[in-house]
Amino acid sequence: MTIATLAGHEFHVNEEGFMTVPAEWDEELGAALAAQIGLEMTDAHWEVIRFLRADFAETGETATLRRVGARSGVPVKQLFALFPQKPAKKMAYVAGLPKPHGCV
Amino acid sequence: MTTTDTAPAPVPSFDDPGTEGRKLAIICSKGNLDMAYPGLILANAALGEGVETHLFFTFWGFDMITRSTMGDLKFTMLGNTATHMPQGLGGLPGMTALATSKMKKAIADLDVPEVPEFLEQIVASGGHLWACRLSADMNHLTEEDLHEEVEGIISASDFIELTNGAQLLFI
Repeated sequence: MTIATLAGHEFHVNEEGFMTVPAEWDEELGAALAAQIGLEMTDAHWEVIRFLRADFAETGETATLRRVGARSGVPVKQLFALFPQKPAKKMAYVAGLPKPHGCV
Repeated sequence: MTTTDTAPAPVPSFDDPGTEGRKLAIICSKGNLDMAYPGLILANAALGEGVETHLFFTFWGFDMITRSTMGDLKFTMLGNTATHMPQGLGGLPGMTALATSKMKKAIADLDVPEVPEFLEQIVASGGHLWACRLSADMNHLTEEDLHEEVEGIISASDFIELTNGAQLLFI
C-alpha cells in the first residue's frame, strides 16, 4: 500500500489511486481528487458526494449507481452529467471510498 | 515531512483511450423473468463503464418491452434443471406463480429494479432500446403498445447496421 500526497494531504491509496482509509478524507481533499480527474465541484456534485459518504458510514459499502439514483434524490441521468462516462467509479474516487462491489 | 513510500497520488485511468468508441449490442430473445435480467444487468454495467449500448428485443424477448407483459414476466421450474428440484413439481398448479414471486422477492431484496423500471434506468444512463419489426408484426403490436422509452421498431438489418463494429451478446 502506498501513501500518496496531494494538495498537502497524505493518505493511503491502492494501486489504482482509490483511497483505502475513508477516514483520511475531507471535502478539501475531495475537491483535489475531483480536479485530478478533470471535475470541478459544484453544489450538485457535493450533494451526491455527501450522500455517498453518509451512506457508506451507515452501510459500510459504497453505493452503486442504482442506489445513488434511487436514494439520493439525484436522478441517474444527472449523475451521468455530473460524473461523465463512469459515474459510479468517479463518485467513489472523489468521495474517497472503494469502488462499488454491487452489480446493479 | 516525507516517508520513503510516499508518492504523488496515482490517478485512476477513467478515460482509457483503448475503450473509447467501444460499443455493445445485446439481443434479448427470451421472455422469462430469469432470462430478462442478464441482458439488463450487463447493459447497465456497460453503460456505467461508458460503453455505448444498444438492446434489441426480439421474439419472446418482446415481452420485456410490451406494456401488458413487461411487469409480469414469469419464472418456471419446468424444463430448468438448474433449480435442482424434481421436474414433476414444476407442473403442479401454482408452482410457476410461487417460483416467480420468490424470484421477484430475491431480486427486490438486492435493490435491483423490476423490468420496466430497469429499462428506464438503462435509458437514463444513455442506453438505446429497439424493438424487432418482425416480432411487432407477428403480435400485431405498435409503438403505443411498448415501453415509452423504446426508440423505435426496426428491422434486423437496421439493427445490424446501427451496431456496426459493436461487440454482441445474444441472450
